[in-house]
Amino acid sequence: MAAINRDDVAHLAQLAHIEMTDDELDRMAGELAVIVDSVKSISEVAGNDVPATSHPIPLSNVLREDVVGHVLTADQALSGAPDAQNGRFRVPAILEED
Amino acid sequence: MDATLSFDEALEKYDPVLGFEVHVELNTKTKMFSSAPNVFGDEPNTNVNEVDLGMPGVLPTVNKKAVESSIKIGLALNCKIAESCTFARKHYFYPDTPKNFQTSQYEDPIAYDGYLDVELSDGTIFRVEIERAHMEEDAGKLTHMGGATGRIQGADFSLVDYNRAGVPLVEIVTKPIEGAGARAPELAKAYVAAVREIVKNLGVSDARMERGNVRCDANVSLRPYGRETFGTRSETKNVNSLRAVEHAVNYEIRRHAAVLDSGAAIVQETRHWHEDTRSTTSGRPKSDADDYRYFPEPDLVPVVATPEWVESLRAELPEPPAERRKRLQKDWGYSDLEFRDVVNAGLMDEIGDTVAAGASAAAARKWWMGEIARRAKLADVDPAALGVTPAVVVELESLIASGKINDKLAREVLDGVLAGEGTPTEVVDKRGLAVVSDDGALQAAIDQALATQPGVAEKIRGGKIQAVGAIVGGVMKVTKGQADAGRVRELILKTLGVDG
Repeated sequence: MAAINRDDVAHLAQLAHIEMTDDELDRMAGELAVIVDSVKSISEVAGNDVPATSHPIPLSNVLREDVVGHVLTADQALSGAPDAQNGRFRVPAILEED
Repeated sequence: MDATLSFDEALEKYDPVLGFEVHVELNTKTKMFSSAPNVFGDEPNTNVNEVDLGMPGVLPTVNKKAVESSIKIGLALNCKIAESCTFARKHYFYPDTPKNFQTSQYEDPIAYDGYLDVELSDGTIFRVEIERAHMEEDAGKLTHMGGATGRIQGADFSLVDYNRAGVPLVEIVTKPIEGAGARAPELAKAYVAAVREIVKNLGVSDARMERGNVRCDANVSLRPYGRETFGTRSETKNVNSLRAVEHAVNYEIRRHAAVLDSGAAIVQETRHWHEDTRSTTSGRPKSDADDYRYFPEPDLVPVVATPEWVESLRAELPEPPAERRKRLQKDWGYSDLEFRDVVNAGLMDEIGDTVAAGASAAAARKWWMGEIARRAKLADVDPAALGVTPAVVVELESLIASGKINDKLAREVLDGVLAGEGTPTEVVDKRGLAVVSDDGALQAAIDQALATQPGVAEKIRGGKIQAVGAIVGGVMKVTKGQADAGRVRELILKTLGVDG
């Protein structure tokens, strides 16, 4: 079994500001452990001689010229927001870094 | 308010170690990962598109100009440029980033292992080692509403403007800076000033600190003298003026010293700087890097900086500010002290422009460091903002050289120019300020002065040439300063039949 325990899940939940019950924490610890174990099987075929990759296609330097393109109006930008005020998104006060 | 020791006492007992993270906003036309405009001061949420808002299914694209600007910053900081580097997601939960992560770089920054030679106010050079400079994006701007104080504590809700979200940033991180001692606060200010000067000179950032184009997080730790290992550090966030950087480092050194003296331990945390009280308050405990759950950005491919690309960018670099200063000092023939005063007054460009417009270096310095600076101080503005152009200085000097006005009148002409009365020549004409060069008129004044001071006239005749000053003074008084003192002197000696 992978080393994902209940405390790890509680910590991740706290970082993501997700409220989880004790039952959910227990269940998720088990499920995440299974997922991590499954992914781990990749290391059986990819040894230290295989560099880590984040992209399946060996591309580099896909760059965009610095030219202004598509932009939304404030109304469009806010159209999907649950709450807005004075042209800005309105969100609950979250106490963290200023 | 936390307890503090005096700065001298703190330095007597402890050896400060500094570290800086300076964020530089690039002045590209578009954002780092989207083609929305990068413009300061527009109406909220008018410079955003779906990518900036983190909508589902969108794909980021890397701004080529921003990469080139980042490489230029790396080169100007004497860094190595990574042959290949990648982007990473840095996760945190806060409404200033709608994606819940910031696209940044983690293990392989685009520039690393550099240094910057920082010049202190007395000319001492202090080398600051650069750990890395990496590319990332800025976050949106929150305004906390409600509550009693308007600060985040006690706020009822926050309003978010994402115009700044996605603006290209380069974060420059130093290695720990040891050995600054009592000059640590001064070095802090000089370092940030040097970084700002470099990015401004490169033309890659507007570098306006009051707009947040250059922002500094200052790390401070103390250790007993002679100990190798560093003490626990605090990180004072977003210190956004040069003066504040100096004060914040000074304050944190004094605070740390008091905590250590009391036998307590420094808490590793972020601190908030307060300009009004010139002190810091506790922020949040510093997250371990693991808490950001960095992982490679799967939507972006690596940036490969080929030697050809890097060299072509290096060829575009302007003359570094420090080298330019050396060259100008030599060209202008100023002493170290004279030149440092000019630099500290921030008048190098003005003097340069004035010399380029045709004035001598000595005259340019005389005007900018003298009468113009003095009037600017009275008006409480920057000398450059006073409205004196290089052409005005050149014209004043040529009017003096031609004998049309003297130094005293030139100052009055400058007042006229600043009052909007036109060019120096026009002011001379309008105010009738030209020196009296008509020998007949001068002779009458001289005869009068000699008659009122017969004793002095006798002394001069007897060989006491220096006494002529009293007669010259009398003539200047009669002519209301509008006489050429040199000519007056000649005429007096001639009248008395004495050889000057």
